[in-house]
Formats: sequence, structure tokens, C-alpha cells
Amino acid sequence: MFGWEFPPHISGGLGTACYGLTKGLTKIPDLKIRFVVPRAHGDEDVSKMEITGANDVEITERFVNYENFLKHIEYIEIDSLIIPYTDPEEYERIIRNSRNKEKSSVNTSFRGKLYFSGGYGGNLFREIANYAIIASVIAENKDFDVIHAHDWLTFPAGIAAKRVSGKPLVIHVHATDFDRSGGNVNPAVYDIEKKGMIAADRIIAVSNLTRNTIIEKYGIPPEKVITVYNAVEPIGESEKVSLKRSISDNIVTFLGRVTMQKGPEYFIEAANKVLQKKEDVRFVMAGSGELFARMLQRVASLRIANKFHFTGFLKGDDVYRMFSISDVYVMPSVSEPFGISPLEAMQSNVPVIISKQSGVSEVLQYAIKINFWDVDAMADAIYGLLSYPALSEMFKRLGKEEVDNMKWENSAYRVYEVYKDVI
Amino acid sequence: MRTLCFYFQIHQPLRFRRYRFFDIGNEHYYYDDYLNESILRKVADRCYLPANKVMYDLIQKHKGKFKIAFSISGIALDQFEMYAPEVIDSFKELADTGCVEFLSETYAHSLVPLISKAEFEKQVYKHSEKIKELFNYEPKVFRMTELVYSDEIGSMVADMGYKAMLTEGAKHILGWKSPNYLYYNSLNPKLKILLRNFKLSDDIAFRFSNRSWSEYPLVAGKYMSWLKAIDKKEEAVNIFMDYETFGEHQWAETGIFDFLKALPGKVIKHTDLKFCTPSEVADLLQPVAPLQVPFPISWADEERDLTAWLGNELQKQAFNKLYELKEKVDPINDPVIKKDFENLQISDHFYYMSTKFFSDGEVHSYFNPFESPYDAFINYMNILSDFEIRVNALTSKPVDAEVSKLSLIISEKDELLERYEKEIAELKASARKKNIKGTNAPEEKKAGRSPGKTPASKKKSGKVTSKSATIEKKSGKVTSKSATIEKKSGKITAKSETAKKTVKPAVTVKPSSRTAVKKIIARQGTSVTKDGPDKQSAVKSKPEKKKSGDEKITRSGIKRQL
Repeated sequence: MFGWEFPPHISGGLGTACYGLTKGLTKIPDLKIRFVVPRAHGDEDVSKMEITGANDVEITERFVNYENFLKHIEYIEIDSLIIPYTDPEEYERIIRNSRNKEKSSVNTSFRGKLYFSGGYGGNLFREIANYAIIASVIAENKDFDVIHAHDWLTFPAGIAAKRVSGKPLVIHVHATDFDRSGGNVNPAVYDIEKKGMIAADRIIAVSNLTRNTIIEKYGIPPEKVITVYNAVEPIGESEKVSLKRSISDNIVTFLGRVTMQKGPEYFIEAANKVLQKKEDVRFVMAGSGELFARMLQRVASLRIANKFHFTGFLKGDDVYRMFSISDVYVMPSVSEPFGISPLEAMQSNVPVIISKQSGVSEVLQYAIKINFWDVDAMADAIYGLLSYPALSEMFKRLGKEEVDNMKWENSAYRVYEVYKDVI
Repeated sequence: MRTLCFYFQIHQPLRFRRYRFFDIGNEHYYYDDYLNESILRKVADRCYLPANKVMYDLIQKHKGKFKIAFSISGIALDQFEMYAPEVIDSFKELADTGCVEFLSETYAHSLVPLISKAEFEKQVYKHSEKIKELFNYEPKVFRMTELVYSDEIGSMVADMGYKAMLTEGAKHILGWKSPNYLYYNSLNPKLKILLRNFKLSDDIAFRFSNRSWSEYPLVAGKYMSWLKAIDKKEEAVNIFMDYETFGEHQWAETGIFDFLKALPGKVIKHTDLKFCTPSEVADLLQPVAPLQVPFPISWADEERDLTAWLGNELQKQAFNKLYELKEKVDPINDPVIKKDFENLQISDHFYYMSTKFFSDGEVHSYFNPFESPYDAFINYMNILSDFEIRVNALTSKPVDAEVSKLSLIISEKDELLERYEKEIAELKASARKKNIKGTNAPEEKKAGRSPGKTPASKKKSGKVTSKSATIEKKSGKVTSKSATIEKKSGKITAKSETAKKTVKPAVTVKPSSRTAVKKIIARQGTSVTKDGPDKQSAVKSKPEKKKSGDEKITRSGIKRQL
């Protein structure tokens, strides 16, 4: 299985989803998983599976293949900073790196290991290609039955592995570039995505929303695409941290990257509407991203900054702390292939409002669903949840139950069925 | 004697518009007129009008052998009057045949008997008045909203003088017993109970056009044979359904009207069942047993209970919150408030909040203008919040006792001021008169004083002059006094002015007194307002001032009388 990141080194939902799914798959008796990431940091949870870091694989003898491979995947190197997703610290590092970046074709460190940053860096396309080379090495040296590649970053690796081994390829689409970019698709990324989809024997989409995108925007025959919904890891006791509330006001939370895809501006407009009518409520935008400065300006110009707070990027336990003091969680995503975070909020007994343009809205019953652009409806839902306790009580009780029944084992089992189908 | 009773429920809810929270306190109109009108028009054209015509023709054709019963909710009647008056006319025509019985129910199609007997009676009375007014018919049989029934509700209905009531032949109530008999209320045996045969009713209402049903297609002859197959000992077959079954739930294209046209003839010809209205059934048949229904039942959903309206906590909270307002609404005489309160009670609003997604979700979503139960709940609660604000405004309980006390004092002062002003004006006028007269006053004074010293000696001759002198003297005093009054009243107004400032929203100052105050302040200067006392001392000091003012007034009044 090829992934790009693995807990605890994650920057988005992809790592979380890969981890949950892989963990679920390990519960199936006659299945053994080898998970390959670009860079194994050594502190990953390897109790359940074998993790191979691509940076630990020797490739000295693979140079011939490498030349061939480049021709096949039409490796494109662009010096662009349009990066799928990234956290701000890393973003800054990228900018710094890009200034003194050397543009040689293959960079082997001594003993023939390739260097991988294991993040979404500036030389991403280079890394993707390198990763694919490693994939072909692994594919030849190890024994396996199915190749499973997560998202476009690993598609070239998946294709390479398939080409070398002749084993079936399953690709797992957690997001397409249409979701990430809001329509302004990066042609290079689209190209890789489409190649992966064509090469794959089966495509797993995380929701019907994504499935439709794959069918309509990438022209993939519907029978090849199967929807397997994500799930959520049950929270362990250790993670059940809670923060003492220091203010009596209700707290409404947005948690996610502050990018176009996540619709932060709609959250702000709705907040403004609620604040016109209701005093005892505060809004929190947790996360960072390219729209951060613009959002800050918008809040200031609406003169609601005293009730609207920014926390920056939250990691690990801070997320649960934030949930523990939240009364409403809003996910106004413009386009969200799945969206695990509302499920995490529901686990923490927080009622959620989600956009209909999210995959998770296909599976949730105990959540208010709105169109992301319908600021009035969003504001009304926030107001309703805060003002009429029966609704939030119901969501807390039944929503928790609902989300507790969404187990990775079930998703894993459906993935397993896909495997059986292609072998 | 074996009876066959056809009864149809007619109800159209008054749907609320999308009411956002920012409308609360600003917008007091709750209804989606366009939606209500278009739905009513559509259903009238597709169902009520054509179905009424079929019924009328059938009654004419079978010459009294075909009878039916309707219960039309008050809310539906209201909307017919507004949007489709010809529907009312066609029901009137049906009423005139004498083969149609109209049943009684709550005006708003509400669930009020669960809350209050008195309010229940009020709504039932309002409905039966309406039926009488429109169709000249006095209902004798009762049907609760969606066939809701319990022992207790039955006994309330019996207390109101009805002889029979309709409800669902729910399996969990009947057990092994058959719905095809007449039963009676277990608390009050006078009230007879007609039970719906849900199998035969739903065959028409729900399954008629279902192609995956093993009995599809259903034709009149087949249905008649089912009726015929009923055990001869079972004597009362009751087929109850929504009237909208004809043409709306089952479209005309399914052949439902042809089925309806053909059925009565077949039944009359081939079976020994006699078409009867519910009150005829109650009169003709002997009840066989009491019906024990400790908890309310209805004809809705698989459960046949109240969970379609009061199943989850959303519905319960909305329902309880609504009736918490009842005591406040009761004494209000505003017809708009009363009507809104009635419309808020329509049971459909609670039906929209049902979260029974899976078992009966399909039926629920068919009848639901909202996308989700949460939408429906938030919308309803927003409207209820606005309604509560209006009710509170009308009950006008003093928000703050002190404010109301102050405003009372201010209004008293205002009155006083007016009186002072008047008197000052009068006194001034009279003083001016005196001054005009007083051109020869010095002589009079002299003349008056000398006789004053010896009043007894000059009794007869000095009578007139002495009198005029005392008057003059006194009038002089009065003017000086009036000056002090003026001064004091000036102070008071200054004080009351400051008081007014603090309680501004609660008080409306009369324009006349305001101008008076202004005048006096202008005369007195602003010094008083500057060192005006605070609210508390103003309140305390005022009654005294008022008293002294009153005394002076009475005194001066007496003097004037003199």
C-alpha cells in the first residue's frame, strides 16, 4: 500500500484516513499489509503493520529502469508552489528552499538512497517521481497480491509497481484536484490523476460525490468506481482531554485549513448574522491557510473581531481541547470529498452543521445539512442549535451513537471485497 | 343489520414560511401564502372538486342507499374560503342531499386534549359552530385529529355530548378482537366507538396503485368480494381514509375514480352490507365490549401511536413550549394573536419534525415542505420565539416595578401641572380684570379701610364697599400665592423632567403638558434642572410637594368660591 503520510506526521485528513483504514484492514485475518511512505520517521505506530520508508530502500541497481520509467509517466518538473496542501510552517520552509534549490535530475545520497522530505514540499513532483522509482524496486523485491495507492501523489508509484509486477492496482481517491482547487485544476496534477485512474483496475472513492467527479470529470466508466465511506477512530481515554471553560459564551467552531475549498468566508458571514441578534456567542476559526489574511481583514471590517477568534493551526490534542469547549461545529466546505472532522466533533459530543457539498453528508443523519453558500440557513442553524436545547441534546446523544457505529473495520471490509474482486 | 361506513378526513395544514432567526421581533407574518394557495388549488382541482362530483352523482344514482361522512378541519375550511370557495359550495351541495354526515373535531386539527380539557372544548365548539354556519349541520359524532384516541379523550368527548367517536382499529389495542364491531368507551359507556378496518382501508389508500402488490390491480369487483368474505357475524365495517386518496395520493390516472364510481353499486347489489353514516351505525348497532386504550393511539405509521407528532425530543420541546404560552395567551383579546396561536397548534408542524427516517420516512417526506426535521424544528421555534415576544408585549407585565412607579408619579404630576396651568391662567385673567377695574381702586381702598376699622357701626352703608375691598385684598393674596405655586410647580416640573429622562421608553408624555413644562422651565430658568435631585429622592420628595400643592389649590379654590 502506497501512502504519502502516516500518523503522527500528518498535515491533513489523508494520513488519518490511511491509518484508520490500514488498521481496519489488519483486523481481517488473511490479509497482510505493507505500507510504504516516502519517509519513515521511525516513530510511527508499527504494531499493526510493516512500514517501509522509501528513504531506506537502496536503488543503485535500478538506474536503467528509471530512465524507462520517466518516459512512461511523462515526468513533468515544474517549479511551482501550487501545492496540494500544506501547513504554514512548512510553506515558509518551502519558499526558503526554493531559492537555493538545485535542479539536477536524480539526487542520490550516498549508498544510493534517495532523499525524501515526506511532506508537501516545493520539489513535490520530483519526489513523486523518485517515489515511483522506489515503488518499482519494492515491487520487484517483495511478494504481494494487490497494490493499493492513496491519492494522486502515490499514483505514479502505484502505476510503476503494477508495471513491474503485473499485479492488480487499486487506487483510492480521497480528493481530486477539483476539490482542492475549486475548479482551477492544475493540469499536471490532473494528468497524473487521470493516468492513475486509467491504469487502475478498481477505483475506490470516499463518497458518491467524489465518485461522480471521477466519472464525470475524468471520464472513468462507472462500473470501475466503488464508493467506500470513511469512518472514524474511536477516541481513546488518553485523548479525552477537556479544557475548562473560562467564558460563559457559547462557542461556534470552524476547524480546517483556511482555504477556498473549506469555505471559511461563509462561516464569517454567518457569524456576522448571528452576532447581530445574539450577544452571548463567540466564533473560533481554527486552522491556517492561504486565505488567512483575507479572513482576518473581513472579520475586522465587519467589526466583529471582539467575538471572532483565530487560533492558527491546531495539532493533536489541541483539536480535542477545542472540541471540548465547542457548542457547535461548522464545516461549510465548498467541496469536501469526505470530511472526517465532523465525525471527530460528534465523538466529542459537539453538534455539527455540514455542507451538502461534502461526502460525509451522505452518511450522517444527526447533523444539519446546508448549502455552503446559504449563509442565512447556516446562521439560522447556528442560532437554532444554540437557542433551542432540544436540538443540540438530540444531536449529542444520537449523533454520538451514530458516529460510534461508523467503524473502520466496516470500511476495511468493503475494501477487502474490492481486493478479492480484482485478484 | 350489517353496516359499511365510509368516512373521509379532509385537512390542509397552514404551512409556515421560511422564518429565519433574524425575523424574530421584526416580522410577525408566519405563513407561506404562495405555497398554501398553490397546494390548496392543486388539491382542490385534482381531488376535492372531482371527488365531490363523483360522490354527488353516486348519492343521486343510488337514491339514499349510498352514504358517506366527512370531517373537515377548520384550518382547511379557512383555506377553502380564501383560495377555493367553490369547494365549500360543492360540500354544501353534498350536505343538502342528506346522505352526508359531518363530524366534529378540533378547529386547528390540533393535539390539544393532551394538554387542556377547557381549551379542547373551546376548539371543538369553534369547529362545530363553523360546520353549522357553513353546512347547517350539527355534528353528533366526533373524530379527533388523525383518529387520535384514548380512554381519557373519549370521556372528554362524551362529556361534550357526542354519542360516538371514530378511531383506529389498532392491532396492539384489539389483540384477537375484530375491528368490525361497535365498541364503547371504558370510562363512559355512553360513547360508542367505531374502529377503522385498517387492512381494507389501506388497500385503497396506500396500496391501490402499488404495482408490486400481489393484488394489483385492485378493481371494484375484487374489493367487493373481500367485503363479502367478511364473517357474517361481524357487523360494522369501517373504511376510513384521507379524502385526498382520490386524485391526490392516488392520481386520477391510476383509475381510482373509476374504482370509486363502481364500488357502491357492486356493494349494494351483491352484499348485505348497508351504507351508513357513523351516527346511524351508533344508533343501529349494539356495542359488544368496552375498548381499553390507556395510552393514546392514532392511525399514523406502523406504531399507530403519537410518535409521529411527539416521538422525539424536538417535537416534545416545541409542543411543551407552545402550551407553556397558553396561560399568557388566554386573557389576551387580540384576534390576530388568537389566530396565530391556533395556527401554531396545527399538528402537522410537529409531524414535520419527525425523525423516523427509516420506517415511515417515505410517507413523512411526502407530506413535508421542509428538507429535514431539524429545519422544521428551527423554523417552528423561531416563529414561536417571535410569538412569545408579541404575547409578552401584550400582557405588558411591568418590567421594572420602579419604572412603573415613576411613570405613575409622572403622569400624576402631569395632571397636576395641567391643573396648575389652568388655574394660573384663570387667576391671571381674573387678576387682570381686577387691575382694569382697579383704576378706581385707591379710592375704594380708602373707603374700604375706614369702614373696616369700625365694621359694626357702618354695617348697613358700607356693606358693598367692604365686600369689594376684602375681595381685592384676598385677590392680592391669591396672586402672591399663585406666584409661589408657580415657583414650586416649576421645581416639580424640573424634577419630573429629570425623572422622565430616566424612564423615557416607558412613558409617553402628553404634548400639552410638555409644552406647559417647557413654558415654566423657560420662566424659571435652568438652574433647577442643574441641581435636580436623583431619581430616588425625587420619588420620595414628590408626594410631599404634591400634597402641599394640593392644599394650596384647595385653599385657593375655596378662596375663589368666597
